[in-house]
Amino acid sequence: MVKRPVSLIYLCLIFVFLYAPIAVLIVFSFNATRSTYSWGGFSLEWYRALFQDRQIMRALYYTVLVASLSAVISAVAGTAAAVGIHRMKARIRRIFLALNNVPVLNPDIVTGISLMALFTALHLRLGFGSLLLSHITFSIPYVVLCILPKLRQLPAEVTEAAMDLGATPLYAFYRVVIPEIAPGIFTGLLIAFTLSIDDFVISFFTTGSGVNNLSIVVYSMARRGINPKINAVSTLLFAAVFILLLIINKRDAAAKQLEV
Amino acid sequence: MKRADVNFLQYPYILWAGLFIFIPLVIVLWYSFTVAGADGDAVFSLENYERFLSPVYMQVLSRSAVLAVKSTFICLLIGYPAALIITRLPRMWRNTILLLLVIPMWINFLLRTYAWMVLLGRRGVLNRILEFFGLPGQEWLYTETAVLIGMVYNFLPFMVLPLYSALSRIGKETIEAAEDLGANRFVVFRRVVLPQSVPGVIAGITMVFMPAVSAFVVSALLGGGQYMLIGNLIEQQFLYVGDWHFGSSLSIIMMVVILLTMALVSLYDKGASLEGGNLW
Repeated sequence: MVKRPVSLIYLCLIFVFLYAPIAVLIVFSFNATRSTYSWGGFSLEWYRALFQDRQIMRALYYTVLVASLSAVISAVAGTAAAVGIHRMKARIRRIFLALNNVPVLNPDIVTGISLMALFTALHLRLGFGSLLLSHITFSIPYVVLCILPKLRQLPAEVTEAAMDLGATPLYAFYRVVIPEIAPGIFTGLLIAFTLSIDDFVISFFTTGSGVNNLSIVVYSMARRGINPKINAVSTLLFAAVFILLLIINKRDAAAKQLEV
Repeated sequence: MKRADVNFLQYPYILWAGLFIFIPLVIVLWYSFTVAGADGDAVFSLENYERFLSPVYMQVLSRSAVLAVKSTFICLLIGYPAALIITRLPRMWRNTILLLLVIPMWINFLLRTYAWMVLLGRRGVLNRILEFFGLPGQEWLYTETAVLIGMVYNFLPFMVLPLYSALSRIGKETIEAAEDLGANRFVVFRRVVLPQSVPGVIAGITMVFMPAVSAFVVSALLGGGQYMLIGNLIEQQFLYVGDWHFGSSLSIIMMVVILLTMALVSLYDKGASLEGGNLW
């Protein structure tokens, strides 16, 4: 339909568009001068400055801490919620799934200000606690959405068979249901972690008392103009994402081989 | 069946979702319909919504809507051929290309937007390239073009992925059948491929328009605060002005605009908007 070379050039142009900004950030993070216009020689100056910047290091600490905590808590709570929702009567389940989808479909800014209003109404001081609660709130729905399909694939007879063989419902749940839905839980955990790391808007409205994540620090720095330290942060994060993707891909490839 | 032991699992999340999802929205709705009275109490009023009708704020709303429509349209224009091309690649390539499309989305949204500040700055990379070719450098940053580029950049994958998933589902047989019946490739596209890709188009439009209309980061960084969008106005009301009543009414209006758009778009194809959501 479309001629081959033309279409390949078109795809290449799109990838240039998608990757050029990232490439430029990475290159200039090694620039010896502040400029993003001319090359002043190779240097690790900005990385040194980055690790000495206490504000950024603190933000990095909070980002990783909140992401890890909220991912683990959301995975556990989301699993319980998914199992609960799965067992609801159809009509209640439909209503409840709609409620579950609200944070997924609502613009982040609305989720952010509504949570901010809630915490204020509850006289909860904005800070680490409110930040963590917010991240758990917007992560659980995604975990639920990851696990529900797995539960639907699991025939009820499997649990019943376990109980016929003398397992208590709780024992059957831990030994039969959990292992079956484990891939869904793991995917949910990863998504929750990624969402938390990536979030800016909701965090921006629900944190306070000097607790900032990386996105918020980048936002306040970028508003004042270009800062080479941000280039260095980007490069490190890009490397981290890339390594994470490689690990996930390896895992997927291994899983596929097992299936075959 | 005896299931009592794990049945308790539904209650904690009902409580949680009620407290952290439902009640916050009720609070926002309540704020939007009240104003602070003389003695500090909240009084029922439609003032916030009336205020919104003044030309200044209507202009902000129309600017946001126009910018969101523009960026959605550009994404569709760029994304459709791209999705079409990807479906025609050998299977082995396809997954790699799709992965390459998704990887930038794994990078923090803030950093992706910031990267364009580096590219578009007066003494930035783009002007450097222009000057290399003997062209005059231009003022890119802090213009509407910059905001538009930032939006298209951030949301393009959201358009391509649902389009790809719809296009790849079209059976080769239908295309071959049309060709056998004497249709040329333009007719095949217009009469066979395009109609069958409508669910993907709708999903793509939904997934780009929604974040675009509520965006405030892209306009704050690349528009330099000169392009006040409805998202920026909400931020301003909540964080700097402190008028939560007006800010809440703005949020409600934004949600209504999004819901109306979704309803309008899904008139063309019921239930299609959910398909894109299952993509990843």
